[in-house]
Amino acid sequence: MHTELREKHEIYDYLRHSKKFPVMWCAGCGIGIVLGAIIRAIDRMGLDRDRVAMVSGIGCTGRMPVYVDFNTMHTTHGRALAFATGLKLARPDMYVLVVMGDGDALAIGGNHFIHAARRNMDLTAIVVNNNIYGMTGGQYSPTTPLHMRATTAPYGNIEPPFPLCELAKAAGASFVARSTVYHATELDRLIEQAIARRGFSVVEAVSYCHTTYGRLNRLGAAVDMMRWLKENSVTLAQAEKMSPEERETKIVRGILLDREGPGYVDLYDEIIRQAKAAENG
Amino acid sequence: MVKGTTKAPGRYEIRLAGEGGQGLILAGVILAEAAAIYDGKNAAQTQSYGPEARGGASKSEVVISEGEIDYPKVIEADLLLAMSQEACDKYYHNLKRDGILIVDSVNVSRVPTSKAYRVPITRLAEEATGRRLVANVVSLGVIVGLTGIVSRQAIEAAVSARAPRGTKELNLRALEAGFRAAEELKAQVTG
Amino acid sequence: MTAQFMQGNTACAEGALVAGCRFFAGYPITPSSEIAEILSYRLPALGGKFIQMEDEIASLAAVIGASVGGMKAMTATSGPGFSLMQENIGYAAMTEIPCVIVNVQRTGPSTGLPTSPAQGDVMQSRWGTHGDHPIIVLSPSSVMETFRLTVTAFNFSEKYRTPVILLMDEVVAHMREKVDLPAPEQVEVVDRIQTNVPPEWYFPYEETASDVPPLVSFGQGFRYHITGLFHDVRGFPTERLDEIQPWLKRVFAKINNNLSDILMYEEEDTRGARTVVLAYGSTARSARHAVRLARARRHKAGFCKLLTIWPFPEEAVERLAHTAKRIVVPEMNLGQLALEVERVAGRHKVRRVNRADGEMITPQQILEAIEG
Repeated sequence: MHTELREKHEIYDYLRHSKKFPVMWCAGCGIGIVLGAIIRAIDRMGLDRDRVAMVSGIGCTGRMPVYVDFNTMHTTHGRALAFATGLKLARPDMYVLVVMGDGDALAIGGNHFIHAARRNMDLTAIVVNNNIYGMTGGQYSPTTPLHMRATTAPYGNIEPPFPLCELAKAAGASFVARSTVYHATELDRLIEQAIARRGFSVVEAVSYCHTTYGRLNRLGAAVDMMRWLKENSVTLAQAEKMSPEERETKIVRGILLDREGPGYVDLYDEIIRQAKAAENG
Repeated sequence: MVKGTTKAPGRYEIRLAGEGGQGLILAGVILAEAAAIYDGKNAAQTQSYGPEARGGASKSEVVISEGEIDYPKVIEADLLLAMSQEACDKYYHNLKRDGILIVDSVNVSRVPTSKAYRVPITRLAEEATGRRLVANVVSLGVIVGLTGIVSRQAIEAAVSARAPRGTKELNLRALEAGFRAAEELKAQVTG
Repeated sequence: MTAQFMQGNTACAEGALVAGCRFFAGYPITPSSEIAEILSYRLPALGGKFIQMEDEIASLAAVIGASVGGMKAMTATSGPGFSLMQENIGYAAMTEIPCVIVNVQRTGPSTGLPTSPAQGDVMQSRWGTHGDHPIIVLSPSSVMETFRLTVTAFNFSEKYRTPVILLMDEVVAHMREKVDLPAPEQVEVVDRIQTNVPPEWYFPYEETASDVPPLVSFGQGFRYHITGLFHDVRGFPTERLDEIQPWLKRVFAKINNNLSDILMYEEEDTRGARTVVLAYGSTARSARHAVRLARARRHKAGFCKLLTIWPFPEEAVERLAHTAKRIVVPEMNLGQLALEVERVAGRHKVRRVNRADGEMITPQQILEAIEG
């Protein structure tokens, strides 16, 4: 009880109360849980909020920054990582978090996603994956599972989904982790580690959209979809004991990749040192 | 239709034409720089080239004038250097009636006028330096030797300034080979 | 400084550095790539940053991000890349983040003639992004002017918190001429207005006497919000008409109330001229050449060169139209700025000279229009 109150207060302290509450998300949405997890991670790390920036693109998740008392930027659809790249290079002392939805990060912004990973750009990307375009009314996204319905896939989706974490790993990220909005405290611990890691870090926060995806596919209300996340996700340790076929049906949670290596900012600083030395020498 | 030339008096227009990779754009830059920086005149250099990094048609134009240069392209060339047959065929018609045509006789076999200066530019480059690549600098020697459009000192200074590190001597040898070829041509004409 | 023989793209890069540009993001494209190449080499020694992004959309996004971080920032591109940048140009206009976009025009549409000049992006530079928005577009006609206008582009951008487009063309970009660049300390450089109020009083979009609110960089303790949505004075999204309408009014006022600063044009022999040739960019060179020839042939011809093409200098053109019988508008397109001249001067007074085939308009073509 005591912990719960303290946590409430923590989050309250980071919100912008001057405007824009209540949130624009549907009641029962998981995005708020992700926002809570981000705030808890930042609070636990004791980051100076003047040095925290939150950059987003377009979509339901894109509306996240407006509610929090950081340096916040709501950019164009899919381009959040590119805006954040410029900001990070101009202000390497800042912690730049990029929050995106699955359509934002992997469809219109897919190219920026793989190139931010390839460069190992020092950003923390948090992708809220709800398998659908929520804000525009439930059209299928690059993470909509096969055969599922969407307002633009009335006969079922025939496009195989992007495995977001595998993509980030293959493209060159330093840190890749996944959890779900049911596992809120696990999520904030993963986000904390992602922020701490130099280079490009990705956290996939598996969420749901009961308003569109859930309704179209008869998956029940928010609580039902939340329960599904609880019952159909496993830790890495649990997953390792499963057969490949069984694992395939589960959401695997945990740190999927964590490697040391210079990020772009460090490498460019070295170029600056060399160029200045050449100029003076 | 406007009659007569639209060229302003005191303009000297040079067109260097051939293929991409022959160094003609750089040659134009060096020639214009010699005029503008080392001889203190006005000069403008422009270019047109195809999308290829090597090969394709390439053209560099230099306008030299005592006065201001507005239109920076060739209106009616006073001098045409053709380093390929295609360039010779394409641009000869735009040479002034008493303009100077210089062709690289290694690459241009069909010459439209008996008054052309045929110079084996590429071969001279190879003979003087062992490298065909400096044919563009040889051609500068020929042009300056024949016309005196820029001073010898100016072209030498410009070539030296633009030569990649360690190639200054080689480039000056190429320039000298061009000067010699020009002297021989002038001797033939007067002799 | 001593005289140098310099290319237009180099002058652009040098002008940017003198203006204080410390960030460049771009994507390779002919005929603008030299600007990126030079800045990739020069920026690190100045403590600046260069990055080659994955496309032009990302390039302008990174530029805006860097500007929010407090760096003067620029990108350079050509037609196809400029088309890709349009959405983020609108974002910069909406959020009032200073940035400079260089567009070295080549012949289009589509891939067109990548190495040939054109002036086909005049209307796109004004109206390319969706929605009504203020914009400043400058167009240089020489290497020296490219240096000067690049500095001015940065100054306007910072002073008025607006994206500024430097509309070059392939001729100016690749042409080499003698220039005598001023020493950096002799160049007037304008920085964005800073605030002197504490963070809790700072409103990034408040109405001010100059219509340009101060802009504080991220990371300095002000923690405000930036969005491409219509927003209130704090930067928070709004759908309220009483917040949207003042914003629209202010962002247009900040340009329209400063036309005497923003509009730049040069006139020669326009007083008493029967025919005025009005041109911009490299075509202005052909135009001046033609006007001088015409005058030598005893035609009463005058010359007007626009350095600022957007906002369009209506009053200047109106004045010229009042005294001259005819205004000749040569452009390397099929008639774009001519539409504005016709709007102001009346169609009957305007004679267009156009080509969009990748070649410069010749003095002869313009002379024929003067004499014909």
